[in-house]
Amino acid sequence: MENENNNSSRRNFLKLGALGGIALAGTAIASAVTDETPKATGKKVKVLTADGKLVEIDSSLVDHHAANDDFSKAELRQGVAGKKFIRVIDLGKCANERKCITGCQKAHNVLAPIEYIKVKKMQNSPLESPYWFPTMCYHCDNPPCTKVCPVDATFKRSDGIVAMDYERCIGCKFCMAACPYSARTFNFGRPEQVKYSEEHKNDTSDPNHCTTPYAQEGTVAKCDFCTDRSEQGLLPACVIECPNGAIYHGDELEDVVTNGEDTVRLKKLLQDRAGYRQFEELGTKPRVYYLPPVKRDFPFEDATEVQNTKE
Amino acid sequence: MSANINKHETFTQAEYMVMKNDLLRPIEKIGKAGKLWIAFLVAVFMAGVVAYIIQETKSKYVTTSLRDYTMWGIYISNFLFMVAIGLVGVLMSAILKLTNFEWYRPLSRIAEVIAIGAIMFGGISIVVAMGRPDRLINLLLYGRIQSPIIWDVIGITTDLTACIILLFIPLIPSLVTCKNHLENLPKWQLKMYNMLSFGWQGTPEQWAILKKTMKTLTALVIPLGVIICTITAWLFATTLRAEWDSTNFGAYFVSNAFLLSVAVMTLATFIFRKAYKLEKYLTEMHFDKLGQAMVLMALIHGYFNVNEYLIPAYKMSGLHENTLLNLFVGKEAGFYWSVVFFGIIIPFLLPLFPKMRKPIPLTIISLAVLIAGWFRLYLIVIPGLLHPYLPIQDVPKSWTHYFPSAVEMTVVAATFAGLLLVVTLFSRFFPIISVWEVAEGELEGKEEIFNYK
Repeated sequence: MENENNNSSRRNFLKLGALGGIALAGTAIASAVTDETPKATGKKVKVLTADGKLVEIDSSLVDHHAANDDFSKAELRQGVAGKKFIRVIDLGKCANERKCITGCQKAHNVLAPIEYIKVKKMQNSPLESPYWFPTMCYHCDNPPCTKVCPVDATFKRSDGIVAMDYERCIGCKFCMAACPYSARTFNFGRPEQVKYSEEHKNDTSDPNHCTTPYAQEGTVAKCDFCTDRSEQGLLPACVIECPNGAIYHGDELEDVVTNGEDTVRLKKLLQDRAGYRQFEELGTKPRVYYLPPVKRDFPFEDATEVQNTKE
Repeated sequence: MSANINKHETFTQAEYMVMKNDLLRPIEKIGKAGKLWIAFLVAVFMAGVVAYIIQETKSKYVTTSLRDYTMWGIYISNFLFMVAIGLVGVLMSAILKLTNFEWYRPLSRIAEVIAIGAIMFGGISIVVAMGRPDRLINLLLYGRIQSPIIWDVIGITTDLTACIILLFIPLIPSLVTCKNHLENLPKWQLKMYNMLSFGWQGTPEQWAILKKTMKTLTALVIPLGVIICTITAWLFATTLRAEWDSTNFGAYFVSNAFLLSVAVMTLATFIFRKAYKLEKYLTEMHFDKLGQAMVLMALIHGYFNVNEYLIPAYKMSGLHENTLLNLFVGKEAGFYWSVVFFGIIIPFLLPLFPKMRKPIPLTIISLAVLIAGWFRLYLIVIPGLLHPYLPIQDVPKSWTHYFPSAVEMTVVAATFAGLLLVVTLFSRFFPIISVWEVAEGELEGKEEIFNYK
C-alpha cells in the first residue's frame, strides 16, 4: 500500500516535471522566436529545424554560439557554454615523432626551444620498459597556477580551460613556480622569437593557425588546448598533426573524444584501458588522462631522444 | 610621575652637551674615507641602475640567465635575504625594548634604519624580477586577495610604513638637539631639522604622547615583521613543489631571519663603532650580548633545519628524493654542507666561548653567517626549481643549470649598495644613536649601558 502510494506520488512528480519542462522549453522557444530586440547582423547561419529542414537565418536570431562570431574579452574569460574540454593520450601510440610539437609551435607562433607540448622519456621503475610521455598544460580542475596569480591573469573557464590573459599578466612567474608539471613557459623576449611573432602576427593562411593571441614579451604562455579551434568544431593542432593518433580531444559532457580518425566514448575508453592522470596524489585534478603504454604500436627507440637542444 | 617628567627635562641641557661631541660628530664632519665610501656606494648603485636599464631594453633571454625552469633566480633569493634582514628592527628594538633589555638603547636606531633599507630593497628586488614592471598597477586594479603575492604587497607596505614611523617618532627630540647644537651646517639642513621636528618643545605632554606612540608602534611591528617573513616563506610553501612543500617553512624562515638579524647587527655595530668612534656607546658588552643571542638563534634555526631537511630525508619519499639527494650527496652537496657549517654550526659553537664574543672575532663570524645565509636562500630557490617532479629533458643546455649573469649580479650588488647608502646617508644627516634614549637610560640608573666590563 505504502509502496503504491510512493509510486503514484513519484509518477505524479515526474508528470509534473515533464509538463514543467515542456512549458519552460516552450517559453524559451517562444522568447527566442518572438523576441523583438535582435538587430539583424547580416551574417547568415545554417540551422537545422526540428522537422529536419536546413534553413539559413540571420545569426542574431540564434543564441550565442562559438562558431558564430568573435568573442569579447569578457566572453573569452567566460568560456564556451555547454562544453567541458578533455583529452586522452594513448601512450601506446606515441613514437616521439614530435609532429605535435612542431604543429603546436606553428599554430601558436612559437619558435623552438619553446614547447607547449613536451615529450619526455619516462620509466616507472628500472625493471619496466621506458616509454614516451607527451606532457602539456593539463587544465587542472584544481589548478595551482590560478590560485597564486595575483592579478587573475590566468584563470579557469567554465569549459574547463585554464586560460591566460596576456594583456594583464605582470610577469611575476608565480604560476610557473606553482605548476608541478612545469607546463608553463615564459617569453623572455628572445630576439628571434620577438621578430618571428611580429612577422606572423596576422598569419591566418595556415588552416591550423590559432587566432588566440600569443605571449607578449615578459608574460607567461602555455598550451591553451587550441580553444578557439575547438570552439569552431576544429581539432587542436597537435591532434591533427599526430601521425599515430595518440592524442584524443573531446568534450566530457558529451562523453566523447576523438583523435581525428576514431571517435570513442570517453568513459568506456578510460575504463577499458585503465586511464589515469599524472600525479593524482597532488590533488590538482588534471583534465588530461593517459592510457598506459601497453600493447604498443611502436618499439621504444632511444635515438629520437634529443632534438630540442638548440638555443 | 612628575619625577619621571622632570628627569626628561633635566637631561636636555647638561647631558646633551656631554654627548654632543660624540654622537653628533659624524653629522658635522665627513672625513675623506667617508666621502670615498659614499662615492663608491653611489657608483655601484648607478652601475646597477644601468644594468637594469640594459635588462629591460635588451632581451631578457640574453641579459639574464633566467630560463623556463629557473624563472626565479638570484633576484628572488636576494629578496628573501632582504626581507630576512628586515627583521632586525623587530629583534633589536622591539623585542628587546618590550622585554626590558636595556642594552637595546644605543642599537635601536641602527636596527630600524637597516630594517627600512632592507625592506625597501626587498620590494625593489621583486619588481626587478618581474617580466612586466610597467604593469605594476595591475596589482591595484585586479589584485586578488587569495594570491600570496598580494599578501606580500600588503605586508611589506604596512611593515615599511610602521617601521618608518617608528624610526621617525623617537627621532623628533634628536632633531631638536641637532637644530640647537649643530652650527657649521648648510642652512637647508638646519631648516630641515626645524621642519621635521614639527615644533617639538619637550613639554611633559609631548613626552607622554611620544612614549605612548612608541610603545604602541613597538608592539605593532613585532607581528608585522614576523608576518612578512612568514608570508615570504608562504610564497614558496603554497606551491606543490617538493622542496618547498613544507609546513615548517614559515618558522624556518623566521628563525633564519632572526639569526641573520643578529649577524647583520653585529656587523653594523662593529662598523659604526670603528667609523664614528663610538666605543663609549657601542661597548664590548653589546658584542657579548649579540654573541649570546647568536648562539640561541643558531640553535633554534638548526632545530628547524633538522625539521626541514633531515626528517623528509629519513623518509626519502619519491616526491622529495630528487631534490634532497641532490642537496645531500649530489651536485649541490658541497654548497649545502658549507652553508650548514658556516651558517648554523659555526654561529652556534664559536660564540659559546667568551673569547669569541669580542668585537673582531664575532664580526668575522657574523660575516660568515651572512654570506652563508644569502646562499642558504639561494639554495632554497634555485635547486628547488631545477628539480621539478617531471624530469627536465630535451632542452637547451642553458635551461638545465643556472649561474647568474653579469647583469643580475650587478643589480644584486646595487641593492646591497643601495641598502648601505640608505644607512650611511641617514647616519650622515641624523644621529645614528638615539641621544635621548641613551641619556634617559643613564639617568634612570641603567649604568650597565656604559660601565660594562
